[in-house]
Amino acid sequence: MEKIVLPDIKDLHLIDVYIKNNGFNAVKKALLQKPDDIIDQVKRSGLRGRGGAAFSTGLKWSFMPKTTDKPKYLCVNGDESEPGSFKDRQIFEYNPHQLIEGILITCYAIGAKTAYVYIRGEYHKWIKLFQKALDDAYSQGYVGKGMKTKFQTDFFCDIYVHKGAGAYICGEESSLMNSLEGKRGYPRVKPPFPAQFGLWGCPTTINNVETITNVPAIINNGWEWFSKIGEPKHPGTILYGISGHVNKPGVYELPSGMLLTDLIYNYAGGVPGNKKILCVIPGGSSMPPLRGDKIEGVKMDAESLKAVGTSIGTGGIIVMDEDTDLVKVLARIAKFYYHESCGQCTPCREGTGWMLKILNRILNNEGSSKDLDLLISVASNIEGNTICALGEAAAWPVKFMVQRFRDYFEKRVSPEVLIPVANKVHSMRHTAFPIADIKE
Amino acid sequence: MTNFKFTEENLKKIDEIIKKYPVKRPAVMPVLYIAQEQNGWISQEVMLEVAKILDMHPEEVLGIVTFYTMYYQKPMGKYHIQVCTNVSCMLRGAYEIYDRVKDKLGIGNMQVTGDKIFSLEEVECMGSCGTAPMIAVNEDYYENLSKEKVEEILESLKKS
Repeated sequence: MEKIVLPDIKDLHLIDVYIKNNGFNAVKKALLQKPDDIIDQVKRSGLRGRGGAAFSTGLKWSFMPKTTDKPKYLCVNGDESEPGSFKDRQIFEYNPHQLIEGILITCYAIGAKTAYVYIRGEYHKWIKLFQKALDDAYSQGYVGKGMKTKFQTDFFCDIYVHKGAGAYICGEESSLMNSLEGKRGYPRVKPPFPAQFGLWGCPTTINNVETITNVPAIINNGWEWFSKIGEPKHPGTILYGISGHVNKPGVYELPSGMLLTDLIYNYAGGVPGNKKILCVIPGGSSMPPLRGDKIEGVKMDAESLKAVGTSIGTGGIIVMDEDTDLVKVLARIAKFYYHESCGQCTPCREGTGWMLKILNRILNNEGSSKDLDLLISVASNIEGNTICALGEAAAWPVKFMVQRFRDYFEKRVSPEVLIPVANKVHSMRHTAFPIADIKE
Repeated sequence: MTNFKFTEENLKKIDEIIKKYPVKRPAVMPVLYIAQEQNGWISQEVMLEVAKILDMHPEEVLGIVTFYTMYYQKPMGKYHIQVCTNVSCMLRGAYEIYDRVKDKLGIGNMQVTGDKIFSLEEVECMGSCGTAPMIAVNEDYYENLSKEKVEEILESLKKS
């Protein structure tokens, strides 16, 4: 199988090697066509966003207004903070020029003259690597005003790197834009959507790093070629990141629709000690987990995973063996979302803390049987009641883990435990009453 | 209150950064990084100076500093040890590593050793899930760790 995003070519991160391997030919080809034709090809290719929502990339581009007196922008989302995801850093390290070329084609298609690549702050090393690649591309005239002579065209665009500073929420597109504008990373209410009102109120498109890196290959080889790779409804390759209890964790580029078991046992080398699998999270920590005894025959693409009640997310697969303490795992996940909630919406700001406290209670063997329903109730009241999808991201793991592993969780709680009123979630804050005096 | 002033060299860098954006304000995040590099942490004086340079209210700069975890609101150690304990790392023994670092340095989360050499932070997913467990020392990642390896890293940092 041919790899699209991370081909096995030595030193491909060097601009000379990239050029020798057909580099920057796609942008040359694209600049001879009309922007609308590029959008059309990407739409027909069936390319879907690789950042989590799996939305049609071409369709997203087509939302950009054709006539506007405002400048248009492209934001490239390299915030990559979803636990279990570690794919974009491979692109920055091993194939940065294809990302740059993808950005140029995207900018041409949507009519943007400026692109910002937002990279998470912790990725100091990868920011430097990408910046080096970008500087090389600038100096050889592939980016910026040099494009005019290099490609004999009127079109040119600038690419800038913007470094994040440790906020998971900035991977959410509207939060990313606020962060880029120099504000706190609060998500915005939609509509208006970024294509109407994005960066500084101008039309903006936001795409994931992996998504954009696919674009040059589509232009080079045609949309038909791309649409035939993997699952027809979610074509192309996916960078599957496999972590947790496997012998060979790592990023594997393979066609969409791979069998989950194939990925775990054949590519990632199976589970250490040949242990059974208790639980698998298929797309980063915010996606509903699957029971280990239900992964047989599950395919890794947006539609197939939807059918089994979960989602492809970022393709970050976390495997847990039979000895894993699921309460501990869920409490850790809950802690993450509690830490990362931006605090704008009450259900998320308060609910994430409540879920964490209940889970810690269960972890300390102080959980009541009522706590499981309470967890589902709190999660259900966050879901759908927040500005952005962090609400769902926080609620889903809790809700589905408890529902799908009810038997497991029942063993960790006791009907004997009565929760004193002062210890109930809604009165967790400092209470004036001595807890011992309060009876249920 | 002693005033904070950017060095000439850093002021030039800031001028270059501002050019990347149509307005001044988006430069606040990179400028705060430069300030942190120069000053070691983001003090109130730093925020006042950043606000002045970028025509912002000091409160807006404070809002940024308190929202993003990578701006330190107090001086940290020469080596800031960040241990990821999120799920993928946790499944491969991150808490053992975290506890080992804690014991070895004798400090807790967001604390600094008496000699100001080390500080410790329990961090969220750093994107090293495939090479877990990991720690980061200042800007550098150390991956595929064991308790023993972490101890070696700490020892060699202590000597340097």
